[in-house]
Amino acid sequence: MKKRYLSTGNEACGEGAIRAGCRFYAGYPITPQNELIAYMSRRMEEVNGIFIQSESELSAINMVFGAAAAGVRAMTSSSSPGISLKQEGISYLAACELPAVIVNVMRGGPGLGNIAPSQSDYFQAVKGGGHGDYRLIVLAPATIQEMFDFTYESFALADKYRIPVMILADGMLGQMMEPLEFDEDIQPSGIVEKPWVMTGAKARPGGSIKSLFLKGDSLEQHNEALQEKYRNITNNEKRSETYKAAGADIIIVSYGTIYRIACSCVDKLRQNGIKAGAFRPITLWPFPSEEIKSTAKKNTQILVVEMSAGQMVEDVRLAIQDDERIKFLGRMGGGIPSEEEIVKEVNRLVGECRRGDPCVLS
Amino acid sequence: MNKKFTKPKSMKDVTTHYCSGCGHGIIHRLICEVIDELDVRENTVAIAPVGCAVLAYDYWDFDTMEAAHGRTPAVATAVKRVLPDRLVFTYQGDGDLAAIGTAEIIHAGNRGENFSVIFVNNGVYGMTGGQMAPTTLLGQTTATSQFTRRAEKEGFPLKILEMMAILPGVVYLERTSLYSIKEILQTKKAIKKAFQSQLDKKGFSMVEVISPCPTYWGLSPVKAMERIEKEVVKEYPLGVVKELAG
Repeated sequence: MKKRYLSTGNEACGEGAIRAGCRFYAGYPITPQNELIAYMSRRMEEVNGIFIQSESELSAINMVFGAAAAGVRAMTSSSSPGISLKQEGISYLAACELPAVIVNVMRGGPGLGNIAPSQSDYFQAVKGGGHGDYRLIVLAPATIQEMFDFTYESFALADKYRIPVMILADGMLGQMMEPLEFDEDIQPSGIVEKPWVMTGAKARPGGSIKSLFLKGDSLEQHNEALQEKYRNITNNEKRSETYKAAGADIIIVSYGTIYRIACSCVDKLRQNGIKAGAFRPITLWPFPSEEIKSTAKKNTQILVVEMSAGQMVEDVRLAIQDDERIKFLGRMGGGIPSEEEIVKEVNRLVGECRRGDPCVLS
Repeated sequence: MNKKFTKPKSMKDVTTHYCSGCGHGIIHRLICEVIDELDVRENTVAIAPVGCAVLAYDYWDFDTMEAAHGRTPAVATAVKRVLPDRLVFTYQGDGDLAAIGTAEIIHAGNRGENFSVIFVNNGVYGMTGGQMAPTTLLGQTTATSQFTRRAEKEGFPLKILEMMAILPGVVYLERTSLYSIKEILQTKKAIKKAFQSQLDKKGFSMVEVISPCPTYWGLSPVKAMERIEKEVVKEYPLGVVKELAG
């Protein structure tokens, strides 16, 4: 039976993990994700799971490494500066092909920054914040419901591909309260056999989990195998959504919280006769390049809006391969682009386009 | 008596990469002997360090995983919590444990995590070329203390066991060495005691083994053992540092 709650995003995320069968959580306090670690300290106890408040972020991510290697669904969460500290461990998780879920409730940076919402860790999340050629599956929720749903789904994805999955949220999503609905009887999904776990070599030779490959070209071969896996994920797991994008003259591209603002901008703009639409990458890696390309047909203008100096916009440029059509609007350091700002920018761009050539509006 | 020299069951029949006179080979073997005697090969999960012993899984025939440099006790914490009935131990050098992983080892001990630590103290970073470690003796020349280690510039040798001893969650600490047959046998006894104490669910245990690094001490294997006996154990006294009853 479906039940309805009023929940913060942080707690919805925690409950999504519990319902996915996550039974190991290690974390360290940092704003704006503190509700999550507090929630896990209570819920893990209730479900006979393991909760550890670690001495550092480095320790937390390496506890997740150990728990994943021992075969349990494991998660850690933090916010931007803490996620920077976890990068070493994330690289090792990727190298050792261990499934795990990492939640980043982003705040303003660089450095200690502030505790306001931000999207300035996009590069770190999708380009590989740690060392070496690796990728994470990165899911970007936009609602409290998705904080639950995406976290729930991320454990199945992590197990399926033996890959760390990141939930890339922001301070707004972490702290805001909204209705949350889920089936009381929901069970963990995507449970797979894990013959590779380190639980003792019963009737077999000793096994190992490692990322050191010294002999010959063994490291290159390991990397080839990783890249093959990443190609497979790219072919199968890209997710995106659109809002009134069909036939639009201008498409606002954004993810997470900003997509919600973008959608209400689309409605406002359409009331004023501007054929606007919105596009939202849900997986930031793999990035829905073909999807955005086919949505933004020839001559469609694109405005990328982010809470950053312009990070995802680079992937949009790579996807579209026509920089003239792509414009950017961003706020940094905890600033949130407002409806007014976005509508004004679209109006300006549309005005420009109506005056001159290269962008032809219908 | 007709005793035949054989490899322990838990040890793979391969040649190690260690330099001649290195202590790791001896300690690896002692661990395997203990695991055989306790009959826990199929229930053992080891965590190898970053450093000379990173390839331990090539020599041990039980489940062994790597950890990032110094994070070994964090990994072991999780493994033991998830698998409380397995024998879980970390094998760490002085760079891994006493430098980059100081926070992890202290907090694992303070939480009273029920795993064991084999801490190999040879006073240098072996893998990277003999640099100064926190455990390097005063007056010792290394690749990064070329004018010797001086207290006023490089600080003092770090005594990990004595630091750990004040933590209530730590139940058993012993420092041993390898410079004689008697000491080697004592090391084995200490490892067995640590493992048994873990199997008895008593809490955190650690054996620090003062081990030779002839290559980066610039000594022959025999002279390196003599140096331990004459010099090193003066700084790091052997024996039980802590043993909680019960």
